Amino acid sequence: MNSMKKIMALLLVFVFMVGVFAGCSSSSDSSSDTTSETETETEETEEAAEAEETADGGEIVIGWLGPQTGNVAQYGLAVMNGVDLYVEQLNAAGGINGKTVRVVYYDEEGDTTKAITGYNYLLDQGAVAIIGDVTTAPCTAVVVESQADNTPMITASATATSITYDEESDTVYSNMFRSCFIDPFQGTTMADFAAEELGATTAAVLYDNGDTYSTGVYEYFVAECEALGIEIVADESYASGSVDFSSQLANIAAADPDVIFLPVYYNDVALIVTQAASAGITATYLGVDGWSSTVDTIDDSTLLNGAYYCSGYSAEDTSELVQQFLADYEAEYGEIPGMFAAQGYDAAWILCDAIAVAEADGVEYGTAEYSQAIIDAMAATDSDYVTGHVTYDEYNNPQKTAAIITFTDGAESFWGSYGG
Amino acid sequence: MKHERTIPTPAKYLINTVLTVILLAGGTMLMNAGAFNRATTAIIQQIGIYIILAVSLNMVVGYLGQLPLGHSGFMAVGAYAGALFWKATQGVMPSFLTILLGLIVAGLAAALFGVIIGIPALRLKGDYLAIITLGFSEIIRICIINLPNITGGTPGLLNIPKYSGFFVVFASVAVTCYVIHTIMHSRHGRAILSIRDNEIAADACGINLTYYKVFTFAVSAFFAGVAGALYAGYQGSLFPKSFDFMASINILVMVVLGGMGSMLGSAVAATVLTALPLVMQSLSEYRMVIYSLLLIIVMIFKPSGLMGQYDFSFTGIIENIMNGRLFRRKKKAGGTKNE
Amino acid sequence: MIIFQHLLNGLRLGSIYALIALGYSMVYGIIKLLNFAHGDIIMVGGYIALLLIGAQVSPVIAILLSILGCMILACVIEKVAYKPLRSAPRLSLLITAIGVSYLLENLAQLIWGADPRSFPSSKIIANVNFSLGGVTISLTTIVTIVVAVISMIILNLLVQKTKMGKAMRAVSEDTGAAQLMGINVNRTINYTFAIGAALAGIGAILYCCSVPQVKPTTGYLLGIKAFVAAVLGGIGSIPGAMLGGFAIGMAEVIVNAVGLSSWTDAVVYLVLIVVLLVKPTGFMGRSMNEKV
Repeated sequence: MNSMKKIMALLLVFVFMVGVFAGCSSSSDSSSDTTSETETETEETEEAAEAEETADGGEIVIGWLGPQTGNVAQYGLAVMNGVDLYVEQLNAAGGINGKTVRVVYYDEEGDTTKAITGYNYLLDQGAVAIIGDVTTAPCTAVVVESQADNTPMITASATATSITYDEESDTVYSNMFRSCFIDPFQGTTMADFAAEELGATTAAVLYDNGDTYSTGVYEYFVAECEALGIEIVADESYASGSVDFSSQLANIAAADPDVIFLPVYYNDVALIVTQAASAGITATYLGVDGWSSTVDTIDDSTLLNGAYYCSGYSAEDTSELVQQFLADYEAEYGEIPGMFAAQGYDAAWILCDAIAVAEADGVEYGTAEYSQAIIDAMAATDSDYVTGHVTYDEYNNPQKTAAIITFTDGAESFWGSYGG
Repeated sequence: MKHERTIPTPAKYLINTVLTVILLAGGTMLMNAGAFNRATTAIIQQIGIYIILAVSLNMVVGYLGQLPLGHSGFMAVGAYAGALFWKATQGVMPSFLTILLGLIVAGLAAALFGVIIGIPALRLKGDYLAIITLGFSEIIRICIINLPNITGGTPGLLNIPKYSGFFVVFASVAVTCYVIHTIMHSRHGRAILSIRDNEIAADACGINLTYYKVFTFAVSAFFAGVAGALYAGYQGSLFPKSFDFMASINILVMVVLGGMGSMLGSAVAATVLTALPLVMQSLSEYRMVIYSLLLIIVMIFKPSGLMGQYDFSFTGIIENIMNGRLFRRKKKAGGTKNE
Repeated sequence: MIIFQHLLNGLRLGSIYALIALGYSMVYGIIKLLNFAHGDIIMVGGYIALLLIGAQVSPVIAILLSILGCMILACVIEKVAYKPLRSAPRLSLLITAIGVSYLLENLAQLIWGADPRSFPSSKIIANVNFSLGGVTISLTTIVTIVVAVISMIILNLLVQKTKMGKAMRAVSEDTGAAQLMGINVNRTINYTFAIGAALAGIGAILYCCSVPQVKPTTGYLLGIKAFVAAVLGGIGSIPGAMLGGFAIGMAEVIVNAVGLSSWTDAVVYLVLIVVLLVKPTGFMGRSMNEKV
């Protein structure tokens, strides 16, 4: 028995080590393969450019970086679904310049160090541009790392201003773009909305103090409220990962505000709104784009009735672009896409549009000029996407209009466009 | 009894030093020549950092026989101390001096915390020690979040000079292993081991329990702090999220998986576990399931860890060869199995 | 008035922590294992109840089945992962428990996805509020506190009055001696795991009623909180675990209520550290004299 165990253990150790080394060598093999492939490709394309454009012009590799496992996996997987859908459609429609687009993935588990490994892995795999990262901290770490390479990057969901602009050294990370709102915009917009459309004079805030998105939006909301003369009667927060909000809600209930601003993600919204009902709160809720999907996450969606949130897109939007996206997404995944999926789709779209420009200009694939051409094309983006019309300002932040969504009978409805 | 041929101690030091220098120089040359692809290069440096973390935690877990769950707290202290020092002194001194001083400052800051936490915490035993160190490390993390003016808070500390190249990381690994090895083979080391094996007997023999416990804790914290600074200098940015409870657990898993009390085991497990996410990337969502299964299976079939208490010694191998024992020993082991 | 509101909330949260801490503490008492997978058993219990209610099974049956599911899962884990390691170093056992916890979390993510699922809490406890002199009391709060207290009373009777309870106490006192006295140690350990898991199952339902959401990482934070509660009360002690649970719940709610929510966890750990320094074995833990 004992010797059996020993043999088994040795075998395991052996398998473990072999796995590691085989993995190492195979990953380096495959990467060297791809580099040699790309080399031959570029040679081919050079020849082809001189002669005629061939029908099958090879492939364009882009990277996807984000969490597929771990605490924030749900956001990563939603973004990935959106990206996959767009790339699939693009390839079905003939790809870019006759080339197929291939996405390589790296799961960073929400960890900053693993994100850096992933970034390097994706470049090894021959990626010319990267969609990612999904959450703010890994995204910031990767942006810093990417400066030397000038890799074109676009994030679908990292909203902090620090991702494209470093205040301390006053530099804009020119290679980094995003397809989502930035924090200040939403905070300001919702405060304006509360004052102008709802006539609110008192407001309560409950936000996640361990989350950059939440604290960012919160700060701008409070600042705008002060400017507009709305009194903040309850200023409550919770630590990331909290699930019990009863004491904060009791304080808010006692302050009896006109509106309650909840700049948090949908899973927290579902908990807060349900527990607020138990605390006897009846004020109007105001939310941010993290709210989309709340209806699917909350048990009793009628509790949301009369609440408003601003979003990049509305599933109720009648524009052809949005309806087409909704139909395609549902056909592919069997569920209604949330904000993350829509922004993932747009991120892939904006990036591929830019790659198409670089390809059309005949820049050699995989070179530094190619990267710069993609970056320039992205900066010049001016077109309609699922989450609205996108142009970029000097900080590489998208200028979009907000769609205000409200809830009636436990379902979302499109209130109208606002601000921007 | 046949006379054993041994290598004199100074020669042992010489052999090991030469070997280390060759490995460091060779590694640096390989890295500079771009022998590895980018991901492998990144992973190799992370492996170095995690080897320091695992080897330093092993001192407390494997040699002292205590169970702390707050190693990432010391790492955090070192990381922020080192990063802030480097940011403040960037360009003031020659860079090698800045790097060296930064690492020392980081280590001392962490060691200070090690003493502050160690004195009260080490009065407790076993699982009470585990939870109290977990508590301290969480408090450190929450303080980092709530002091944004100094630490950058949740959005992170950015623009840290990237000092942790291959040479810096692996020179630190060598120094760490050397120092810990030397301590463990000194009078202090024997005292520490005796505490692990029998606290009461050690006490009765006149060993100052509190002194040695706090000493081990502080040394362990010192190197965790150095590793933290290397981490900061490698990543160029720091976020409090990286130092949560799970980070401590990951380091502990390395130590136990490698074999408690085996420096080589810690290093091997740190290497394997750091490389694993990259190597198993193609398994995507099945990766974590397989990882956890492997963890359980290894523990069931080899509870003492991959390496047990075995420690690698290059000069020891040479001695064995000199005595012609390399093969005979294996044969003997096989023989006992058959009996 | 708002103070009473906060106290009530603390009591509700505390009773959930206490139920979970009990399972932790019982398992620790008997095999000296910090069962990190305990929190994840709660997660599985939540998913079972969610799926059954979603499949139109009557809530009462769904609750019973999910408690049963938790018990079976805990026994299987004990048999497969912990039993082979009973004579191994305790740290190896701890790492195995961490491995099991990872495994459950990631399997849950594979099977049910990473997105949180909403829990149909209104089908189990109706959304009704009572108002009592300015204090709003939800039915969920009342049910949670009552069920938790009843479970604890039953547990106490079980441990103090039944033969199996006696065996459990004997095994946690001295495994070897208990075996010599003719107690079936393996069965007793199994039994302990099953009871701990049943409490976790009840805790899971109550937890999901006040936090109507289940996701693969639900158990992670709960597990740590329960661990802290169990240690605070004196790990291995049943009344200690209850006291610890209530203390942690109260502390959290009070810190949140005074607006220091970003320091909540720090305060909880600080309380723990201070208590342990003053009384190194927690509120109710017995000091273990080491023998030579």
